[in-house]
Formats: sequence, structure tokens, C-alpha cells
Amino acid sequence: MSTVPTSNGEGSSPALPEALAEIQRDFLDLSVKDRLQLLLEFSNELPGLPERYADHPDLLEQVVECQSPVFIFVEVTDGLVHLYATAPRESPTTRGFASIIAQGLEGLTVDEALGVPDDYPQTIGLVEAVSPLRIRGMTALLGRAKRQIREKTAA
Amino acid sequence: MPVDRDPSAQFSDYAHPERLVSTEWLAEKLAGDPAARAGLVVVESDEDVLLYETGHIPGSVKVDWHTDLNDPVQRDYISGEKFAELMSERGISRDSTVVIYGDKNNWWAAYALWVFTLFGHEDVRLLDGGRAKWEAEGREYTLDQPAITPVEYPVPERDDTGIRAYKEDVLAHFGSPLIDVRSPEEYNGSRTTAPAYPEEGALRAGHIPSAQNVPWGKAAADDGTFRPLAELDAIYRDGAGLKDDDEVVAYCRIGERSSHTWFVLHHLMGFENVRNYDGSWTEWGSAVRVPIVTGAEPGEAPAATTR
Repeated sequence: MSTVPTSNGEGSSPALPEALAEIQRDFLDLSVKDRLQLLLEFSNELPGLPERYADHPDLLEQVVECQSPVFIFVEVTDGLVHLYATAPRESPTTRGFASIIAQGLEGLTVDEALGVPDDYPQTIGLVEAVSPLRIRGMTALLGRAKRQIREKTAA
Repeated sequence: MPVDRDPSAQFSDYAHPERLVSTEWLAEKLAGDPAARAGLVVVESDEDVLLYETGHIPGSVKVDWHTDLNDPVQRDYISGEKFAELMSERGISRDSTVVIYGDKNNWWAAYALWVFTLFGHEDVRLLDGGRAKWEAEGREYTLDQPAITPVEYPVPERDDTGIRAYKEDVLAHFGSPLIDVRSPEEYNGSRTTAPAYPEEGALRAGHIPSAQNVPWGKAAADDGTFRPLAELDAIYRDGAGLKDDDEVVAYCRIGERSSHTWFVLHHLMGFENVRNYDGSWTEWGSAVRVPIVTGAEPGEAPAATTR
């Protein structure tokens, strides 16, 4: 399997939303080893759930493709996307994935969020840092987030 | 130089008690006279590639099952040259005593131990109970990465003959016991992946004909330690029908859970001839013209093919 990014945000279309493009640049600028450290920083930045979800874990959807339990919930408020996620402390990689997706989608319009390429997780230099198998967890997370956005805006 | 073994009574029934150390033993070694732990290297090996970075046993180094032990291109383990390089970078000599621990009941730690064994590293042990027990006992973690002085490690020859089975070996093994250590749902064919795990790509679901289903986690007690020998006998001898002198092949989905069972059957129960089929279901479930059984029953073993 090739680890060469299939798109690098430049010259490919459509352009990545700025936050996701910045995350991509930040990772690709680092050595493979340092990318893990950055992923750990993202992991530590994953905010706790807002109270309305903390008390209602039933509202969150589990992403079963991730190796560790991770739950996500998307809100669309005034046409803008917000994603909340929670994963256990002993699953820092999964937390890092969720944190990247949450920060990357935050405040995007519905169209912008749905336009994020499905292979974005493969393009930020993490495939070789964490392994192709593990990166599937982030791909699944992004797919679930986009599906929730579609469902919430379909009505 | 090898470090003395853990004499704990709870290990004495096992066939190879020297393959386990207790959390008490390790904590005492780390706190005690440095001369008494010369040659000891503690290795953490986890499912989660970042877990070590969130806190680990002081002085321990990390070996990742996927990014360190697997060849990045060919579906195989790394070469002897790469293994020697990895050991050198981690400060492990050929005669070091390596104690491996990890998350998920030492699932990945057992996998790392099995790969170390492929390369003939002699003294490699598991920390009984792994991360979960160390943590539950409130023992120390650090964020500090140890400063490692690279050491010489001779390039070993990887020997796949004793403890590793290829697909052809399994076809030739029919008639002897097979242990499928996956979940019942994977075994009976209702799914191809472990519950809550990613799809790793198998085109068909079910199990290898005649395999007994003994999910790997049955060998672990609630605190993550291995069950006492009498309980293991009840599971694998009474339950799965294994007998003395049986030659056994264990498999799962990519060979990691079955490494845990390999450790149990070989080092704890004393079965001499146990092989781990690491191709496991991701190979068998996609291979052309190999026999498969669905449902909860093991099914009949086909005639063994000669190699």
C-alpha cells in the first residue's frame, strides 16, 4: 500500500477548508515520529462533552469501526456544523482522531463539511506513523460525521 | 546477563513459570539495587500506538506491533536486520531479559513476545496482568522517555518453523486440533470482524473446518492476569478437547489474539508443539478454494494435504 498522500491540499479540488488544510500542513511538516506527538496534543485537546450530552450518552452514536469505543454527535446550528465526541482516556489515538475531525469541521457550512474528501485521513501523513489499519478508524469517524450531517439537514 | 526469575508461588504450577513476572516483582526490581536488574529491559506494547506516550512504567521502552514489528511493504514480519536495528535502538542486547507488558490483558504484549521468539530472543517474559493491573495497584508511571545508548544486537535469523504456521501448514494439519480464538460471532460466520473492530478485509465468514472456538480472553481473569493452571485445563482440555502431545495450531483474524493463546498453551500449559497461524482469517477468509464451515459446530476436518 502506498503511503504517498493522494492529495495534498494544493492543486487538488475542491480546496480543503482552512482548518483542515492547516492541520494537514502541520502534520506533513513534521517527521514521522513527531507526528505522533502532535496527534497526542490533539488527543489532549479533545474537549469534554457539553452537559446536555454528558447526561445523555444515549444521544451519541458509537463508531464501531474504531478500535476503541468512540461516540460522536453532530449538531447543525444556523447552518454551521459542530461535532462533539468522547473516547476513553486509555484510547489516546482514537481521541486524537476525534479531536482532529471535531476541530477540522468546527463552524463549517453544511456544504463545506460534506465537501471534505473522504480520504482526508490518508492525506495528513499519519498512515505511516500509526499504520494503515489504524487510520481506518479516522476514516470511519469522518464518514459517520458526514452521514449525521446529511441526516440532520435532510428534513 | 539474564535477571533472576520471579519465584512467586502463583506461577509454580505453570509449565514455564520463568516466562511470567508479577507486578510486585517488577516494582521491587525497579526500586531496588540497580546491579540486581542489570540486563533487564521493560518493553510496552499496546493496541493504542499513543498509550505509552500518556504514561508508562519508568524506564520502559515502546515497541509497536504494527509500525515496528511488521514489514511496511510485504505482509510479513520484519527481517533479521530490521529486528537487530530495533533491538539496538531500544537498548536490548541478545542476552537481555525482556519483560513485556501492555493494554487489553497483554494481548499485544503476547504478540510482541511471540515475534521476539521468532527471532530467537531467549529470555522474554510477560508482566502478568499488564498495564491494567499495574494501574489498578496505583503503581508509578512516568512521561519521561528513557535515554537509550544503542547496543550491539547480532542480526538473528528468523525461524518460522517452530511456532508459526502458514496457510499450507494448516491444510497439512487437518486431523490435528485447531483453536479459533475469535469471538463466537466471527466463528459462526455472522461477521468477519471482532465486535467494535475495523473491517480488515475477509471475503467470506466462518471458521476453518474442525476448529474449536475458544475466545482468547477466556484465558484471562478479571484482573488481567492469566488464569490458574486448573482453570486453563478446564477450558482447553475439558472444553476444547486438547490432549497431551497434541500438535496445535491457533488462529484469529491477523494473528495477534492467537499469540496470547499460543503463550497460554505453550508456556503455561506446556504443549510442546503449538503454532500460531498469523495469516489467520484475513488470509483464510479470502483465499481461493480453501474449505470453510459456518455455524456454531466445528465441522469435519477434510483430508490433510501433504506438503
